Parts: sequence; C-alpha cells; structure tokens
Amino acid sequence: MRNVFLFLRRYRTFFTFLILQGVALWFLVNYNRFHRAKFLGVANEVTGRINTQYNKVEDYFSLKEENRRVHRLNDSLVNLLPGNFSRHDTSVRFVQDSIPYDTLGNYRRYLSRTATVIYNTANSQKNFIQVNRGSSQGIKDNMAVISSEGAVVGVVVNTSPNFAQVMSLLHVQNSVSASLKRSGDFGTAEWDGKDPRYLILKKIPKTVEVKKGDTVLTSPVSFNYPPGYMIGTVADINLDNTTGMYQLKIKTAANFNNLQQVFILENTDYAEQTRLNQETKKKMETAPKNPR
Amino acid sequence: MNDFLKNITRFIFFILVQVYVLNKIPHLHRFITPYLYYLFILWLPFSVSRQWLLVIGFLTGLTLDYFTMTPGLHAAACTLIAYVRPFIINILTPKDSSEFNYREPSPMAMQWTPYAVYVFVLTLLHHGYMVLLEWLSFGSFLDFIIKIVATTGISMLLIFTAELLFPRKLRFRTNTA
Repeated sequence: MRNVFLFLRRYRTFFTFLILQGVALWFLVNYNRFHRAKFLGVANEVTGRINTQYNKVEDYFSLKEENRRVHRLNDSLVNLLPGNFSRHDTSVRFVQDSIPYDTLGNYRRYLSRTATVIYNTANSQKNFIQVNRGSSQGIKDNMAVISSEGAVVGVVVNTSPNFAQVMSLLHVQNSVSASLKRSGDFGTAEWDGKDPRYLILKKIPKTVEVKKGDTVLTSPVSFNYPPGYMIGTVADINLDNTTGMYQLKIKTAANFNNLQQVFILENTDYAEQTRLNQETKKKMETAPKNPR
Repeated sequence: MNDFLKNITRFIFFILVQVYVLNKIPHLHRFITPYLYYLFILWLPFSVSRQWLLVIGFLTGLTLDYFTMTPGLHAAACTLIAYVRPFIINILTPKDSSEFNYREPSPMAMQWTPYAVYVFVLTLLHHGYMVLLEWLSFGSFLDFIIKIVATTGISMLLIFTAELLFPRKLRFRTNTA
C-alpha cells in the first residue's frame, strides 16, 4: 500500500495531466452530443456580460451600414401595412391585427422578437452567435434567427436568463430544410466547413432545372424556419453522378461578418408539431404491417 | 508589479486579444486561424510548479472555450503544452544554474535560437492536438495536415512580431525579491 502511494506521489504531475485531459475531452465529447456542457449556463452569463460591453464599442463602426439596412427593411414592411390595401367590394373588409385569434380564423403562427448580436465569429468550423435575449425574454431552444435583411442566420441552441447562443448556418452540424424558389423542390442546406461565403445544397434531384443565380428559400416543411426567408443564391452547380443528385453551391444571403440586429422568430406550433412527429414515429413502429 | 499581478493582467489581456481581435478579424482563408493566447502559458515564470502549470493551462484553455462555445477543445491543447513545457525548458536551458537567473522564458533569457525552438515545438503541439480533435469530429486528412502547417506558421509569425514589438524588461531572480 505504501508503494502505491509512493508511486502516485512520484508521478503526480503525470496523473494530474491525465485527469485534466480527461475532463477536457469529456467536455468536448459531451458538448458535441448534447449542445450542453457543465457550467455552460453560468459561463454564458459571464461571457455575455463581457461581450455586451465590447459590443457597445463595436457597434459604432458599422452604424451607418446597419441603419441603411434597417431602413430598407422598415420600408418594405411599411408597404405591407393593411392600411395600404383596400377592397372595392365594400361589403367585406379584411383587417388583420396582432390578436392571436380573430373572427376570420386567422391566427398568429410566427412571432418575431428583435435581438442584438453581441458576439459572433465566422472563422471556425463551429461558429456560434451570442445574442442579448434569453429565456427571461421568452427565447427558447430551436427558434429561428433571421438577419435584419431577412436572410437566414441560424437557430437558437442554448439559452441563459438574459442571453442566448445561436448555432450559425456556418456550423458543420447545422442543416436547414431549403427549397428552390423557381421549382419549389426541397433539399438540405449544409456547410462543409470550408468557405464561410458558401453553403452546400444537397438532395436536389438532377431532373430539376437549376440555373446559376436561382434563389434558395427556407422550405415550407421546416419546423424551425418560417417559409420564404432567403438562404442564398445558387453560385455553382455540380452534379454527383453516383447519386443522381445535385450538389449546389449557395452564396449565403446573410453577411456573417457584420451581423448586428437580428430577428428571433418563434413558431408557436413548434411543440405541437414535434410532439405529433414523435408520436407518429412511435405509432408506426408499433403498428402491425397490415395492408390498408 | 509583482509576478502574480503581472500574470493576471497578461491572462486577461491575451484572452481579450484572442476573443475580440484575432477571432474577429475578417476571414483570411479557411486554413488560417490566428492563435496567440497560449503565449500566456509560454511566458509563465520558471518558478511555477508543474502541478500549477497544468491547472493554469487547463483554466486558460477553458476560459477561451467558454467564449468560443467549444468546451474542452482549447483546454485539452493547453493542458498538453503546459505538461510538455518543463521538459522542453530542461533540454534547452543551460544546466549550470549560476549562469541562469532569469525569471521567465524570453529571447533574452534563452537566446533566440533555443527560444525559437521552444516556441515552435509548443506551437506545433498545441495546434496539432487541437486540429486533431477538430478533425476527429469532422474533416478530411489533407485539410488536417495543411491546417496544422498554416496555423503554426501564422502563430509563429504573430509570436515573433509580439516579441520584437514588446520586448519585456529583464527581471532577474534575486534573493530579495
């Protein structure tokens, strides 16, 4: 027994090294699997506060550009105001307001909140964005994040009371359900970790007609993203002959280097949709294979 | 300023530079990510014990990790170089301790060539291990090799620029201090 202690004492540096390596690797493995790590919530609050201070300074450098973009989007929204439209038929008047349910059966499916980006990188293979809204402001995991120009930025993966972490489109584990505007075909937009200006759109069959410059939008079948928001434009067309599918290179619509103001969009049906999806899977697995 | 305060200041400075300058500069190339923060570990005084080196290395890496949302990645690499550092220093410094009375590794204390070897070996280990961990979860082998070479090159450049621009005042190890 004494020898064991002597051995431990003699090589204690090496054992400390092994233990610390073990802890680090455990963090790494766990984080990749669950998007979570020990103390991450606490650390998120701390880094969030430091980032907020830094951001106060940084914002000055791109105020002009940002104002121009905000103004442009505001302009397009003003054009959508119901007051701009009227019907010639005076017997029916169509008014949509912000109450969730109205007498015409319209209800609010997507709810938007504004947020400011306080930390953002584009030079790693796993890029995250930190924004200044958190669970106390109603931000939950899996909400979509849209830039001030209306281009897709990413999805919320973790929240602390006052801050949220967003998995950027420039994250190798990110995949977005996308559709081509011209033909309406669905595919999956992913990032190959190489060039932060381009994404890869997969699973578009070669029978579809594709041209350079075609617009790629979020698809109507996504749980996270509202349909019709711009992901990017087709920059290069490659045909993978073994699968008969295109590998389209997409130029991202959002500029990830100077994000400042973003919208966080909540799908109010998200919980119901995902629950139905899971229950269906469970049901189909247990159901006997009878011809219907 | 005593060593403790000086190193705390350095720690904060290096982390802030890494997080707010080097991680935020516009993207140069997909293989190039400039790293400088681990210079903090290379600059720690000789008198720090091996145990403490490991703990400090781990905490340095983990602090950066929480900013970049990659818990464990930099921590693992920093622990590795903190473990290897004493061995490299033992090989590269003169055995006769009467000639050797500097407080921390610097080009003045070790001469330029041994210092360059010291920095190069630890840089290569740090980047090699970190890129390996990244590569295990994602990427191709060619990318892996090129990325190690490219990031090591740019980090060496940054470190020597830092050494030339901000020469540290020589601090001798004395009995009174």
